[in-house]
Amino acid sequence: MNDLVKRSGRGVYVQGNDIDTDRIIPARFLKCVTFDELGPALFYDERFDTQDVSKGHILDAPVHQGASIMISDTNFGCGSSREHAPQALQKFGFEVIIAESFAEIFHGNCTTLGMPCLIMEKTQRKALAALVGHHPDAEFLIDLQAQTLMFANEQFSFTMKDSAREAFLTGRFDPLDELLVAKDAIQAVAARLSYSDHSG
Amino acid sequence: MGKNLYQKVWDDHLVGPLENGQYQIFMGLHLIHEVTSPQAFGMLKDKDLKVAYPGRTFATVDHIIPTDDQSRPFSDPMAERMMAVLSDATEMHGIEFFQPNSGSQGIVHVVGPELGLTQPGITICCGDSHTSTHGAFGCIALGIGTSQVRDVLASQTLAMDPLKVRRIEVTGTLSTGVTAKDVTLHIIRMLGVNGGVGYAYEYAGAVIEAMTMEARMTVCNMSIEGGARCGYINPDETTFAYLKGRERVPSGAGFDAAKRRWAGYASDPDAHYDDVVVIDGSAIEPTVTWGVTPAQALGIGERIPDPAAAEGLDQELMSDALRYMQLEADAPIAGTKIDVAFIGSCTNGRLSDFQAVADVIEGRQVASSVRAIAVPGSEKVDQAARALGLHNIFTAAGFEWRKPGCSMCLAMNPDKLVGDEVCASSSNRNFMGRQGSSTGRTILMSPIMVAAAAIQGAVADARDVFQLEQTS
Repeated sequence: MNDLVKRSGRGVYVQGNDIDTDRIIPARFLKCVTFDELGPALFYDERFDTQDVSKGHILDAPVHQGASIMISDTNFGCGSSREHAPQALQKFGFEVIIAESFAEIFHGNCTTLGMPCLIMEKTQRKALAALVGHHPDAEFLIDLQAQTLMFANEQFSFTMKDSAREAFLTGRFDPLDELLVAKDAIQAVAARLSYSDHSG
Repeated sequence: MGKNLYQKVWDDHLVGPLENGQYQIFMGLHLIHEVTSPQAFGMLKDKDLKVAYPGRTFATVDHIIPTDDQSRPFSDPMAERMMAVLSDATEMHGIEFFQPNSGSQGIVHVVGPELGLTQPGITICCGDSHTSTHGAFGCIALGIGTSQVRDVLASQTLAMDPLKVRRIEVTGTLSTGVTAKDVTLHIIRMLGVNGGVGYAYEYAGAVIEAMTMEARMTVCNMSIEGGARCGYINPDETTFAYLKGRERVPSGAGFDAAKRRWAGYASDPDAHYDDVVVIDGSAIEPTVTWGVTPAQALGIGERIPDPAAAEGLDQELMSDALRYMQLEADAPIAGTKIDVAFIGSCTNGRLSDFQAVADVIEGRQVASSVRAIAVPGSEKVDQAARALGLHNIFTAAGFEWRKPGCSMCLAMNPDKLVGDEVCASSSNRNFMGRQGSSTGRTILMSPIMVAAAAIQGAVADARDVFQLEQTS
């Protein structure tokens, strides 16, 4: 029943403040010319040791396999602008990220990829994270319109950046088509600017 | 009420509102490199789109390029493939590409300013978070994701939310041995790694005004590490003097006209700010990191903080950082043994950085236990350093003098830490695993502090090691 506005799925809590995009996808996996193969590399150095043996990370816990909603803490996705980070999350199977706050470039990248970033204050988020640990099989029901989240018979609330929420409600999370419509207005701004390009 | 620079540049580049409440903003200059941009050309192809304004996009190769042997094909086949894709795409779309050995190749945030592509009052974007560097010239410079690189290639515009503006005034005078890097690490330490979320930072005050353009670039470079979307410094005579005579800057009457226009972008004296922070520059010490975020920093004379003083997940973050760094709470940071010294990156890989180090290391030797590398930020920096004989001073002291690139800042090329080596680094991120080993440890500091650590074999106060006298 997933559509842009209503999301469902199972969750997993990846704990930590300031989780940076180098942790989400280490730089060596950025050697690629498409994003297609990034899923398995998600959080690689947190999940596997230098011999590629599992360290028993929560993402690899059998009960959380197939989870599509990630919960984390403050300033999620800080650091590098690499879109490889949200691409890896999405290709791994995540469709929604919940945190207390997000780094801005990461937030913008997620929105453009159709992956909503939900902002949930600390007390509720902690309660939700604990509940997910106890009920890994339970389903989330998320409504971006109402900004409500139902889980294990409890209701939680969240906020979204206004423009991001609007983008999902109107189905315009990828802005490219709208940007291209303004072709003449763009040309007018280019002509109006008192500098041109700097070639040669 | 007057306007700040951010508002002036925004108004000049506004195309119009978008349906979701964002705004469409024209990008005056688009810089691309091989890691985050080749995929965008694939996206264009999928949608059968062309590059709208190819004369406004410039490409370089920096992240994956080896700093020893740059002959093609590169020894790493994937690096070679990325290079080939970028090369083909730029050729197909008529985009100027600063290839290795062209005399203009280098780290994207070193190349733009030194060619004079980066100018006051313009909008700049690049698929790289350290694009904030260019704000040193009084422009709005934004790091963007690959889908946005696609948007800019196709339309020369971005969908944006307006930012708030925080003015950060650094007052007083810096002490001898305290540099722009110490200023920026100190600011991030004070305001936190997410203190800047939702903001553009305007850096001002006597300390900033007294800085050279290269020092200003170091400050703006790290804006993103403080969570700010961008950072800028109002253009002034220092800015104009730097730009005069640069390859892509108008000359003669054109320069005079440009200068008048550029000056007009500076924030008005009665401009509105959403927040103002004042920092006493005279009190800033040489600053180094002890943990795994750039805000986990301290003055060289201080002791490593005790997580017990913090609460909740912040306490956990500190404990995790100490465990990862193999450091003890309450211990001095000075004396921490290092294995590698790295001078380079878009933060501190410019001529003045190498000059400052050459001035103090001449006649001294890197400790035998330390592997030390110096990586110029661009071919132009390399050439200028060689012309001054700086490379000889570095090699005589025991540094390897490499070819230009991002190198060990993020270790996408062969320059990596091994195991849990500790690196004294002039770069910008001390994240876990950042320098190419999942257990490698990074201590951020200024170039002269890296030099002091290289010579002592341990983190040290450059003022003591090099007997820097306070001049007043």
